[in-house]
Amino acid sequence: MNAATVFGLGAAVAVGLGLYGLITNPQPLRKILAFNLLGSGVFMIFGVIAHRGAAAGFGGDPVPQALVITGIVVAFSATALAVALLLRLFEAGGSATLRHSVIPASADTDPSGPDA
Amino acid sequence: MTIAAALEIALAVLVLGVAVWTIAARETFVAVVGFVAYGLLLALVWVRLDAVDVALTEAAIGGGLSGVLLLGAAARLRTTEVRAAAEAPGKILRIGAALLSAMVAAALAAGVLLLPDPAPTLAPAVAANVAATGLGNPVTSVLMAFRAMDTLLEKIVLLLALIGVWSLAPDRVWGGHPGPRHQADPLGVLAYLARLLPPVGIVVGIYIFWTGADQPGGAFQGGTILAAMWLLVIMAGLTDAPPVSRRWLRLVLIAGPAVFLLVGLTGLLMGGAFLAYPVAYAKPLILTIEVAMTLTIAVTLGLLLAGAPERSAGR
Repeated sequence: MNAATVFGLGAAVAVGLGLYGLITNPQPLRKILAFNLLGSGVFMIFGVIAHRGAAAGFGGDPVPQALVITGIVVAFSATALAVALLLRLFEAGGSATLRHSVIPASADTDPSGPDA
Repeated sequence: MTIAAALEIALAVLVLGVAVWTIAARETFVAVVGFVAYGLLLALVWVRLDAVDVALTEAAIGGGLSGVLLLGAAARLRTTEVRAAAEAPGKILRIGAALLSAMVAAALAAGVLLLPDPAPTLAPAVAANVAATGLGNPVTSVLMAFRAMDTLLEKIVLLLALIGVWSLAPDRVWGGHPGPRHQADPLGVLAYLARLLPPVGIVVGIYIFWTGADQPGGAFQGGTILAAMWLLVIMAGLTDAPPVSRRWLRLVLIAGPAVFLLVGLTGLLMGGAFLAYPVAYAKPLILTIEVAMTLTIAVTLGLLLAGAPERSAGR
């Protein structure tokens, strides 16, 4: 197995782990974290494809590498916006849950309300 | 198996181990610490994949800035953790999610194993045209010339994200200082480092930007280091984040995209296409754009981390 295959399979597992965390973790901040993990796996697959395309004296195809750099910056801006939204939600309602059954006024009366 | 292959497998296992930790950890704060370690280890993977430019970006943004952003949010949301535990999904949903995730991972793994051989590549095309940009670093050439439109739009995405963050400010503090006023022991380690590191960090940041023309590095990586230095001084309480309504701040924020657009439109007049650089002036034009972009990136990233305005500008 060469480096591209090893890291490619690792990237596939990272995407799976991120997806699992995104679905099962109820906390929005953990979902953001899991989504970043998922995204890093996708970037890594780009990196593997770039590495396989090594030619003309370059260690990898520079085009996917440049796209990944752009992708990392865009993913960071999206994360920053998501975190700001979450903090505003917390500030406005005193809780940071995604359940629409929980409204600020009755936030601590019924923690096991109907499923959202 | 060679030593290099064994090291690569060990690195992949370590990275995935930290990824599992990030997902499974009970406390969010602990999970974020795992995520920072994950980002730094991932940078090593990028080095092994011969993508040093990406490794620098991943270490700076994936490991560094995202870590600061998420740690800050985790600390502020700590009181919500207990209630969130009661919302954990049932066993059936967990098993379903695990099955779905395993299927997606398996499909991607099959895709990785079945990639075409020989791999399609644009590397020869880049090598043939890299001389026209006057830059020695092929990745910078792609970012600033061959795919300059992507980079221009990405700058605008950064600005849009910042506008989104600012628009979350309550009316009474509109245009005010972002985030809380940080206090730190003036004789403590943080304040000491915030005096010691910035002179070095600023030189390193500018060097990483400048060397990006011919070596791994570039405007993002350099700008991120400059942003980190600014944030360090703010977090140590040595200075305050400026009110977001300041005119100089707004001008710096649009400097990068504005210079980029201006050069692009000039290309439309002189070279016949948007963002076409006249070959004789390609390198000076690209460096001019990058200088403006490095400043804009540093200030935008710093303000994205500082968050929405929380205090009115009057204080």
